This record gives sequence, C-alpha cells and structure tokens, in this order.
Amino acid sequence: MSTDTIVRLPDQSTARLPKVNFITKENGLLSWLLTGDHKRIATLYLISITFFFAIGGALAGLIRLELLTPQSDLMAADTYNKVFSMHGIIMVFLFLVPSIPATLGNFLMPLMIGAKDLALPKINLLSWYLYVIAGCMILYSMMTGGVDTGWTFTVPLSTHYVNTNVITTGLAIFVAGFSSVFTGLNFIVTIHKMRAPGMTWFRLPLFVWSNYAASILMVLGTPVLAITLVLVVLERAFGIGVFDPAKGGDPILFQHLFWFYSHPAVYIMILPGMGVISEVISTFSRKRVFGYTAVAFSSVAIAVFAFFVWEHHMFIMGVSNYSTLVFSLLTMLVAVPSAIKIFNWSFTLYKGSITFETPMLYSFGFMGLFTTGGLTGVFLASTGTDIHLTETYFIVAHFHFVMVGGMLMAFLSGIHFWWPKWTGRMYPEKISQLAALITFIGFNLTFFPQFILGMLGMPRRYAAYPPEFQVLNVFSTAGATILGIGYLLPILYLTWSLKYGEIAGDNPWQATGLEWQIQSPPLTENFPEIPIVDYEAYDYEWLERKEKEVTRVG
Amino acid sequence: MDHISQVLWQFLVKWLTDFSLFPPEASKIAPQMDALFFFMVLISLIGMTVVVLLIVGFSILYGKKRHPVAVQIEGSTLLEATWTIIPLGLFLVIFVWGSLIYFRVYTPPANAMNIYVVGKQWMWKAEHPGGQHEINSLHIPIGRPIQLTLISQDVFHSFSIPAFRVKREAIPGRYTNVWFEATQTGTYHLFCTQYCGTNHSAMIGDIVVLSPDDYRKWLSESTSGMSLAQNGERLFASLSCNACHTGRAGSRGPNLAGIFGSEIHLANGSTAQVNEAYLRDAILNPSEHVAQGYVPIMPTYQGQVSEDGVISLVEYIKSLNSNDRVEQTLNTTTLLPESEGKATTDGQKPGGANPAKQAPASQGMVKQ
Amino acid sequence: MEQQVDTTSFAMWLFLVTEIMFFGGLFCSYLIFRNWYYPAFVAASHQLSIKEGTANTAVLIVSSFTMAMGVWCAETRRKGALVLCLCLTFVLGLVFLGIKYDEYHEKYEKHHVPSWHYSTKSFTDPASDPEVHNAYPDDKPLPLDMARHTEVYFGLYFAMTGMHALHMIIGISILGFMIFRARAGAYTNGHVTFVNNFGLYWHFVDIVWIFLYPLLYLISRHA
Repeated sequence: MSTDTIVRLPDQSTARLPKVNFITKENGLLSWLLTGDHKRIATLYLISITFFFAIGGALAGLIRLELLTPQSDLMAADTYNKVFSMHGIIMVFLFLVPSIPATLGNFLMPLMIGAKDLALPKINLLSWYLYVIAGCMILYSMMTGGVDTGWTFTVPLSTHYVNTNVITTGLAIFVAGFSSVFTGLNFIVTIHKMRAPGMTWFRLPLFVWSNYAASILMVLGTPVLAITLVLVVLERAFGIGVFDPAKGGDPILFQHLFWFYSHPAVYIMILPGMGVISEVISTFSRKRVFGYTAVAFSSVAIAVFAFFVWEHHMFIMGVSNYSTLVFSLLTMLVAVPSAIKIFNWSFTLYKGSITFETPMLYSFGFMGLFTTGGLTGVFLASTGTDIHLTETYFIVAHFHFVMVGGMLMAFLSGIHFWWPKWTGRMYPEKISQLAALITFIGFNLTFFPQFILGMLGMPRRYAAYPPEFQVLNVFSTAGATILGIGYLLPILYLTWSLKYGEIAGDNPWQATGLEWQIQSPPLTENFPEIPIVDYEAYDYEWLERKEKEVTRVG
Repeated sequence: MDHISQVLWQFLVKWLTDFSLFPPEASKIAPQMDALFFFMVLISLIGMTVVVLLIVGFSILYGKKRHPVAVQIEGSTLLEATWTIIPLGLFLVIFVWGSLIYFRVYTPPANAMNIYVVGKQWMWKAEHPGGQHEINSLHIPIGRPIQLTLISQDVFHSFSIPAFRVKREAIPGRYTNVWFEATQTGTYHLFCTQYCGTNHSAMIGDIVVLSPDDYRKWLSESTSGMSLAQNGERLFASLSCNACHTGRAGSRGPNLAGIFGSEIHLANGSTAQVNEAYLRDAILNPSEHVAQGYVPIMPTYQGQVSEDGVISLVEYIKSLNSNDRVEQTLNTTTLLPESEGKATTDGQKPGGANPAKQAPASQGMVKQ
Repeated sequence: MEQQVDTTSFAMWLFLVTEIMFFGGLFCSYLIFRNWYYPAFVAASHQLSIKEGTANTAVLIVSSFTMAMGVWCAETRRKGALVLCLCLTFVLGLVFLGIKYDEYHEKYEKHHVPSWHYSTKSFTDPASDPEVHNAYPDDKPLPLDMARHTEVYFGLYFAMTGMHALHMIIGISILGFMIFRARAGAYTNGHVTFVNNFGLYWHFVDIVWIFLYPLLYLISRHA
C-alpha cells in the first residue's frame, strides 16, 4: 500500500515555496493582527483554537486521572466539578463550535467558490477578536475559580446555588456566540453573492454546502443562546424571577431555551466535518461523491430538522408525555439524513481507485466512529430506553463518539488534507498514519467502555463511584493516555513540517476543486484572475484533460 | 508471580471478581426495556457490519493497485431510496416500541402505593404514607406497584434506580412521578443523576426490596410517630385551613372530603383533575385555583410550609372520605394555644372579619 | 461595486434576522408568563405610564422618519440636509432614552425593581397607590400569590426594554460617528451603503419597540 499513493510532489531538489504568498506578502505583527485576508485570519484561528484545545484536553486528562479510583481522592469534589465544567465549556464553545468553520472554512471558502476573499473581511477579523476576548474571559474565569455548573448551566443551580464565576463565564460564552454568528453570517453572504462566474449551486464542492448549512444554524440558533445567558445573568444578579419557582418562574423554561440552541449547536459542530469527509473520500477514490445531490440536500435537511428536536434532552424532566412522542419522532427523522450520507460515502468507494493516505485513514475512522455514535443516538431518541440511559455515561460516550470520534477526526482529516495547500509543505506520511492509528485505538479504548458503564447506570459528572465500576474506568483512562499521544503527535510533526516538510507544489493530491489549481501557499488575492467555471464538482475527467493539455503546451 | 506488581495483580483479581457488565433486572419493566435495548444493539451491530464491510470490502476490491482507473458514477435513486427507507422504517419501529415503554413507565396504575421523595442538596428523603421516613434509602415490598412522587427543595436532582431501569427528575416547584414494581429482592443502587453541586456524587443510596413479610416487619420497626396523613391533619388545624374549609354549609372554602381524584370546576370556567400536583399548587398559588362559586380569598402558604409539610397536607386531603376528620380538627382547634380568639363555629370569623375581606387580614392568623 | 452594495445589504438583513431570534427568546418567555399569570400582568402593566410609553412610541416613529429622510438625502447628495436629519434622529434617540430613564427611576422609587426591595403593596392594596388606583378604580386587589408574580412581569419588563435600550445606545453612538463623517461628505458622494444599512438597523430597533409597547403597556387598558 505504501507505493500506492496518488501523491505527486514536485522534484524536491529544485522545488521552492513560491516567493510571494499570503504569508510572505507582508511582515510584522500588526500586518497579521489587522489583516483582512481570510487565510491569515484562518491561521490566527488555528493557533488560538489549538491553544484552547490543549487546555481542554489537559482538563480531560485530569478527569480521567480522578476516575482511575472509585474514591474522590485526586482532588476535592468542588475542584472536580470545576474541572469537568471547564472541560465542557472550553471544548464546546472554544473548540468544537468554531473549529472547522473558523479554520478550514475561513481558509477554503473563498478559494472553493473562486472569490478573492470573504464578503466581509473586517467582520471576519472582528469574529476572531471576539473569539480571543471570549477565550481570555474564560481563562480569567478559570484562574479566579472557574465555574462548577457543568457546561449546561442548569438553573436554579447556576442562578442561586453556586458561588463561582457564572456571570463572567456566561458573558464570555455570549461573546463567543457573537463570534460564531459573524462567521456564519459571513459565509452565507459570501456563498450567495460571491461565487465565480459559472459556479452554480450544484457545482459547489460539498464542503461549501455543509458549511452553508452549519452557517444557517449558527445565524439562527446562537442568538437564542445569547438571550438565555442574558436571562441567567439577570436572574443571578437581579433576581428577575423568570427561572425561580418561588417567584412564579419556571426552571424548565431555561431548559427549553438552552437546548433550543444547544441541539442545533451539535449539528453546527458536525456538518462542516461531514463536508471535509466528502472532499477527502472523493479525492482518495478519484471519484465524484456518490449521490452529490442527496448529500447536498441531506446537509440542509439536517440543518432544518435540527431546530425541531431539542426536547429530547428533557425527556425525563416531567414534560408532557405526548410532547415526547413528537420530539422522539422528529429525532428519528433527523437521524436519517446522516445515515444517507454514510452510505453515499461508502458507495463513493465503489469502483473507485482507492489509496490510504492519512486524510483517508482519518475519514475511515470518522465513518466507523460517527456511525457508532449516531446509532447510539437512536438508543437515546427512543424514549423508553432514554429513561434508563440518560444522564449516565452512555450519554457521555454517545457525544464523545460523535464529537471526538466524528468531528475531531474530520478536523484532523481536513488539516492533513489541506496542510500542503495552507503551508506549501507536506507532513511526514509514515508518522501521521501511525498517529491516526494510535488515535483510533486510543479513542475506542477510552470511550467504548463508557457505553457499558452507562448501561450499568454510572451517572455522569460523578467524582466518586461504586467499586464495581472501576475496571471499566481504568480501561477508559488507559485509552485516554493513548489518545493523548495520538493528539500530541500531529501538533509536533505538523510544526516540524513547517521547516522540514517536503515542498508540496500546487496539487499534491491531484484533487479537483479550485483551491488546488493555484499555488501553495496561495497568493493573498487567491487567484491571479477570477476563474470561470464550466465543469462540475469532482470532475476527475476534466482534471485529466487539463493535465494532458498542460503537458502538451509545456 | 514475583514479576507481576502488586497493583497489577490486585487489578487482575478485581477484573475477574468484581466486574459487572450488565445491571440486574429487578423490576417488571426492566426485561421489557432490555428487549428493546438488545434489539437496538442487534440493529446497530448489523448496521456497523454493513458499513464496515462496505468500507473494507470496497477498499480491498478497488485499491489503486487492483483497480487503477475509477469509474465515475453519478448515483442511484434506487440505492438512495433503499438506504433512506430501510433505516427510516427501523427507526420508526424503535420509536413506537420505545414510546410504548415510556408511557408505561410514566403512567402509574391507580392502585400503586405512593411514596413521596424529596430531593435536596445532597440527600434523598423518602416519606412513606405510614409516616416512615428514610434518608438515602427506600424500602419497598416485592410484587407491588409503587409510585414515587418526587420534588426537589432546591435544584434539579434525578432519582435513578438502574436495576429497575427507571429514572425521573426531581424539580423544584412541581411534582413529578414514576412507578415501578420490583420483581427481585435485594439491595440495588440509588443514584442522583442530575448534577446538583458539590456532593452530587455522594447523593447515592440503597433501594432495598423486601419480601412482604420482611416489609411488614420493617414498617412496624420504623414507624416513629404519625403517618403523613396524621401529620397533615395537625398542620391543617395549626395553619387554620379548617377556618375556611369547614366542610359545613356556607363555608368560605370548598369541602375537601372526597375531592382527591375528582374533576373540579374552576371559577374561570375550566376544569381540573384534582391530583397531588393540583393540591400542592392550590396550597401555594390559591388564586389560580379558585373553585366555581367561591371567591379568591385563600391566602398563599408559600414560604410558610415546607415541601414536607405540603406532602403531609396532600396526604391528609387524600385521606378525607368524609368530613368527620375535619369536624374533629374544628373541635380540637380550640385546644391549641394559637387559637386564642379563633372561631370554632362557622359564620364567626377570626378577628370578626367580613367574609369578602381580602387575604391580608386573614393572613395574620396563619401559623408560621 | 454593485456586488459590494448588494452584499452588505444582504448581510445587514441577515444580521437583523439574528436580532429577531435574539429578542425572540424574550418574547417567548413573556408570552408564556403572561398566559400563566394574566391578572398579575394586567395589574403590573397598569403601573406603567401610558403617557410616557406613547410619547416614546411617537418619538421613535418620528426618528425612523427622520432616518429615512436622511437616507434619501444621502442618495440625493444633500449634505446639509443629511447632517440635519442625522442630528434630529440622534436627538430623538436621546429623548427616548431620557423618557425611559424617567420611567425606570419611577419604578425604582415605587419599589418595582425585582429583588431591589421589591414590594407587592401596590397590588395587594391598590388604595395605597392613589395615582394608579384613580386611573384604574376597577382593578381589584390581587391575592398575595398572584401579586408575587408581578415581579416576573417587571423582570421581563426591564430585560426587554433594557435590551432594547442597549440597542438604542449602540445605535445612537453609531449615529454620532455618522454625523461626524457626514459633515466630511463621506455619504454624499455616492457611497450611501453605510447610511442605508444603518437605517435598516434603526428601523429594526423601532419595530422591536412597536411590539414591546402594546405587549407591555397596553394590557387590558380600557378607554
């Protein structure tokens, strides 16, 4: 398999990075901090997101260390509560929600549609600053005691019963929310208004479709989170009474408002990842994605249905039994488009010409793990089994399978796939394939035992647990150690590749897509002249013809 | 053996002896839920196998070496329809099956024995109708339907019995309920599963399922005083509920005898089912539950009676089949020190207040 | 250029959609509690000054008119008139905030600010509040449990009008900046997009008030 690769690099003895590119165009810190160039902003995002991911990951390590033993012996109960709360908040709001859209999306969106930049470059920069401000607020909150409400801020616990930095953290997430809204807004406007001539909707790469769907969710859903946080802050600071039963308020109202955003949020997290998978599977099978239209429409269908299922987080909270019928049914419906995508990707492999470079390995990992995570979602969508499984480690396992096994794998797949375009250099293939394998093994060992723990009834957010749960927890912690190594390796070798990686050239993967027809790294203005598109997406035959033409002319 | 460290050896021993993979099935609903669970596991295994086979199979068959030229295929409406309809069909089956179980768990039978559970940071208080109180444990008989009426005194908690496959949130401000019937004696885990602050992990206990004889023994051993209804009767008098709810003709409040379980007509034209939740709400928010033909003069008892007190009052009202007990409280009220200057015969109001006079005046007589 | 105009306009409309979702959460909460505690909402609403509320509504509608005039001036390149219109809008915005401050102050004095020495006396004993009692003599005293729910009304009142006022403050600040730029001729040379888009924002803030006013002020007020 090692000789079966589609990678075609220029002759390394003579190849050089292009002298003029978006990185070398201007020098100096200010040229980066005041840039309007979407590629520079994406780079800024990549660095800050990796930073917060590392902090969130360290917190995860602390959680798993504590759970090695049944007693609460590593840290005080209050500390543990703060650790898992901060882990959730940082991972959800500072990593998962922005990750692919803010990094890969920002970098690739204009390239893929043939534009020179996003529609609103200044808003894009503002988006990054809001993210950084939110991150600083959360760091400040952590350093002054953190919060111990869980990332879900359940009232009345968060409004009346804790003494921690709820208001600071709530406001930080409010700011991060606006960062997200502006990114989504930018994407929607860009895709509607700035496509190159000939780039019709159905010639767009599926990555664009996925980010478009995610952007709709960002734009419509996030403001509801914002107002919910405002109400929590007002309730906590001024006792307005909307969530306080003593004054006639209703804590269940908070649950409805919070989950109205937080459920679409999970689709904000996963849809861009699915976009990456479409691109990678297509490239490494040398085939157009099977059922392009179905995949495109299923992204939009997921975005629409995402808004109609939020009560499935509340099935045991005393809501009307009949309402659970409605939401359970809708949740079953929202699972179907995801299933459609998995099968479409599988059949893209049919009669393809498949190679197994690192991005492809991560994508296969995604398909397996996301399918598991998605199927276990059905266990939870079914109200009868949800009664037993909710609020246990089954839920923890479910969402880590889709978020980490799904989303994070897709993120790594995308980073590796577009790394040569972004930096002009290739990462080292052997070690990256090893890292992918380590990640896959570590992930399964960490989170699969948690399904069993959940079935056994082990509740989530417990610092101490009954002794008969220990063996499974030990497996989980062992897996976490391996997983940590799997995530550390890319940070190391990708940084190494910046100086020592092979020169990639324009199109090392021989991929279709406008971004692969220009130099690596791209010019600041992306295209020397705006391309005119007269071919479909994933047109490998067009690519072949173009190559033959070029060689003939040359 | 010398080469294996002590820690590892202990771990291995534990793995072989103290390691569970599946919770016990100790209630009537547990096997039903497990059947659905295993059906879903089966479907998932099949689904996973199909996907893995497709990925692995195609990767082998169409690897670059073996199949160097890709064949461009647009799609297949037939395949799209297949893998849309089959998963949808399976999910709908699961939906119906799961919903049936859900409704079963959250629709208590009429003959269920009701036990109240109050959750607070960080303990569970169970109150049996006979007056037995337990903290962090629940003793129940095997083979009888038991309904739990749950409420929280502070934040959200969740009462979870994995062995029974039941769980229900305990919410401040409102009752929730769940029911089960134990099928196996033994001691099972009780967990709080909704994060509730510092000692969330310590809010655990035991569910003890006893044979009918053992249960009877336990009941007699643990009664320390009044039953809930008796305590409720005491409160009914000391809070002066009996001043308006005399049960006699012309009283200012409706007769409460036999009211539990009936349908009541409210002053605003709607009807309501008188259950525990209604009674609690009527005590705490009376102006929203004015019965037809009465005026909204009942004072609110919010802040003056604890959740435990409300539970006792509800149980008392539930027990009223006739007005005899209320009559008795009216007669004995004069014996209570707080009743100086209070009326015992109807028509005469405490403090000589006018029947249409508003709540503030009558509030003065309420016992704190 | 046209693409730029088109684009920023689309972006502003999209942003306004997010604002609708933002206020939507508050409106949703309001509707639920109004449905549950209608008598409390009626009594509490009667505590608001209808004079000041109507005045504010008129102020905002006029300010929307002056803003629309401003956009026309920019398009027809009338610099002086544009500056005048923007200044009028600015002043009207300040008038709105001034009246709002007066209302808030009155609420504070009457102990109707949630959890800040909140008092239900005006509702359990309307005679103790002659100003409102004379205006609404048919309003019966509320039982204490219903009177307590007025605190939720005021909580939502401050949250909704406060959030609206915050948007007004942001708008007025941007107006200040615009007046400065307009005097330099930045908007009367063909580049009207900024004024146009700001106009959209200002009209939106006005429309939010047009919803807030009847919902908060006009509950069961008979002629």
